[in-house]
Amino acid sequence: MLKNRIIPCLDVKNGRVVKGINFVDLKDAGDPVEQAKIYSDGGADEICFLDITASNENRDTIYEVVEKTSKKCFVPLTVGGGVRSVDDINKLLNCGADKVSINTAAVENSKVVVDSSKKFGSQCIVVAIDAKKNGNKWEVFTHGGRNNSGIDALEYAKKMEDSGAGELLVTSMDRDGTQVGYDIELMSKISSKVNIPLIASGGVGNLDHLVEGIKSGKASAVLAASIFHYGKYSVKEAKQYLESKGIPVRT
Amino acid sequence: MNVTIVDYKSGNISSVINSFKEVAQNKVKIEVTSDVSKIKSTDKVVLPGQGSFKSCVDALQSIKGLVDCLNEFVINKKKPLLGICVGLQMFADVGYEESETKGLGWISGKVTKIDNQNGKYKLPHIGWNQINIVKGSKIFKDIKDKSHMYFVHSYEFVPTDKNSISATTDYSSKHVCAVEKENIFGTQFHPEKSDKTGLKIINNFINL
Repeated sequence: MLKNRIIPCLDVKNGRVVKGINFVDLKDAGDPVEQAKIYSDGGADEICFLDITASNENRDTIYEVVEKTSKKCFVPLTVGGGVRSVDDINKLLNCGADKVSINTAAVENSKVVVDSSKKFGSQCIVVAIDAKKNGNKWEVFTHGGRNNSGIDALEYAKKMEDSGAGELLVTSMDRDGTQVGYDIELMSKISSKVNIPLIASGGVGNLDHLVEGIKSGKASAVLAASIFHYGKYSVKEAKQYLESKGIPVRT
Repeated sequence: MNVTIVDYKSGNISSVINSFKEVAQNKVKIEVTSDVSKIKSTDKVVLPGQGSFKSCVDALQSIKGLVDCLNEFVINKKKPLLGICVGLQMFADVGYEESETKGLGWISGKVTKIDNQNGKYKLPHIGWNQINIVKGSKIFKDIKDKSHMYFVHSYEFVPTDKNSISATTDYSSKHVCAVEKENIFGTQFHPEKSDKTGLKIINNFINL
């Protein structure tokens, strides 16, 4: 039986992790490689890096991080943030990323998704959707949540599936950072609309939220950052909890 | 001993390279090449594959002499080869992704889209799934039945001769996820991304 995945996400800036983890036995709290290794050893099903490096001149630091991590972690590694072109995707894959997530560039020009999924295969193309509720619909935001494209998130999700995305990483901007749980309505609506797996993101504060994301949100995988970073829960505890609620996980 | 990973521009193979190097350390030489003369003289071959069946077959054929060299290596010399993902699928006679495309024909059968039961199952089949070991393949030495492996695919290999099946997995229906026919080995899942268990399979192949 296919298991639901738990994906810890690390924010990386200029090659260093921000919002460091309070793990014991951690030599360097800012080293993404070391932290990714701790997660994968702890049973994380995948690792996600989000590059939040602001300036273009520091962009190369992410390639170095990916290269080092992929030599130590033997679970899938997804990298996103600042990915603009087929060439950017190519570089990340060559450094050892298994999947690349595309956000703003996909909204501005869906051809990036079409071209990259043709070139590298759908399996490595994740489209990240940042959505915010407006009345009774959700709109897609770009540039790290700064710009409203006005595009309907549900229609956009379908379009991205048709363009060749292998997975969708859906973040509720209303919930992100709030720790009150995923936007279940958004997740389940998108998941029901498309036939590719959905990764739920934004708002996790406790383990019940992960359960809801999978059971009610119909997500194939759940992504979380802070609950793992600050040592509130370990990936192992999260998996045990999910299992106790009847959700199939890899143990 | 030399293990050669065939680099025929079939998409991203860095994870395959990293995992084989991790397992081999300095004991076994891991070579990455599309050079036919090097592949000819090596001891073992790894055939990765990403993207569509057609794009992989086209990429193999675009390198002059490569398909003949692989045929010679596998069929005449009977040396060990491991196909991963589309690398395994290409063992078939024919694939139906994008368009009907002739495969290598090493293990008789076809590659067709997983039946998603009218949308009941999402495709691609992405994530960790358990394998049902149906026969003691050499690459499954010390691998427990029901071990979790990482999958990413929408198409499945349907062999004519069921004796070649070494493991299956359950998604929508029971489908083939590993084959073994004499010196030919293949996994639909990605051992290079399947954590310690996956590395053990790679180790088993290296130590054949």
